[in-house]
Amino acid sequence: MSNHSDAAVEHVGGTTQAFLAVWVGLLALTGVEVFLAYEQLPTLIMLTALMGLSVIKAALIIAYFMHLKFEKFSLFITLFPMLVLCILLMMIFMPDSIRAMIMRVQ
Amino acid sequence: MSDAEAVAVPSVWHGGTHPYAIGSKKLGMWLFIISDALTFSALLMAYTYVRLSTPNWPKPFIFVPSIIFSSVMTFFLLSSSLTMVMAVHSMNHGNRSATVKWILATMAFGLGFVGLHLTEWLKLIYNEHVTIFSNEWGVPLFGGTFFALTGLHMTHVVIGVIYLGIIAFAVGRGKFKYEDVEVSGLYWHFVDLVWMFIFPLVYLLSARV
Repeated sequence: MSNHSDAAVEHVGGTTQAFLAVWVGLLALTGVEVFLAYEQLPTLIMLTALMGLSVIKAALIIAYFMHLKFEKFSLFITLFPMLVLCILLMMIFMPDSIRAMIMRVQ
Repeated sequence: MSDAEAVAVPSVWHGGTHPYAIGSKKLGMWLFIISDALTFSALLMAYTYVRLSTPNWPKPFIFVPSIIFSSVMTFFLLSSSLTMVMAVHSMNHGNRSATVKWILATMAFGLGFVGLHLTEWLKLIYNEHVTIFSNEWGVPLFGGTFFALTGLHMTHVVIGVIYLGIIAFAVGRGKFKYEDVEVSGLYWHFVDLVWMFIFPLVYLLSARV
């Protein structure tokens, strides 16, 4: 088993340059988000744009900082499809929030 | 495939091996992160629901200084993720003293984040008179959802700083292995990741220029 254990902790990862590039990218995306807030777009457009940018930022953090890009694909397949599915299922309530808003305005 | 060949090439899923090629600590942390991600997702969904369904949702975050302030907090967390990844990188190369320094830098950014966040909280509580149950704008759910979400996140940051302190102390004394540092890094990056959703949903969507 010791060979297996050694193999288990073997790893590859990104370079310092790659980590720095990801950090700069994350800061730039945050800058875009703050700019969108300054522009005061309609709430639903803002929500869509901000969530799109946040998903990109989350993917960068998971892939590079959390090293998932360098792990076996089976780990990704085990963890993430069900997480995404559960989150999408939670979103089933979202259209009702728009209905509730329209009802309150009326 | 014949039976003899099947025995000669055992599947990685038959036990006694690491099918994901990672240690059990790391797999455990990943599973915790996924479950914690679902907790935060549920809270963020609840927040977004009441945010969208309330036309008179308060916008207490004036662009200067509140949004600039929370942007600096975001910068602190993003930078702490960079220093944490450098700590893991240093441990990977067997440089324990550099690992400790990078972890201490991560903790400093984390504490800076908590300090700024508490300042923001106190400003809302004492200047804007926001509590969990009431506020001057007549939308009590603002305080309830805001303090629940950011409070749970801040708790994670505080626990993370303590966790990293223990790891730094042990690594400095020659204890713990690469995997232990990497696992603590996974937790810290997750805390950063959650903020990437709280910051736009809670702060930017309630910004006032």
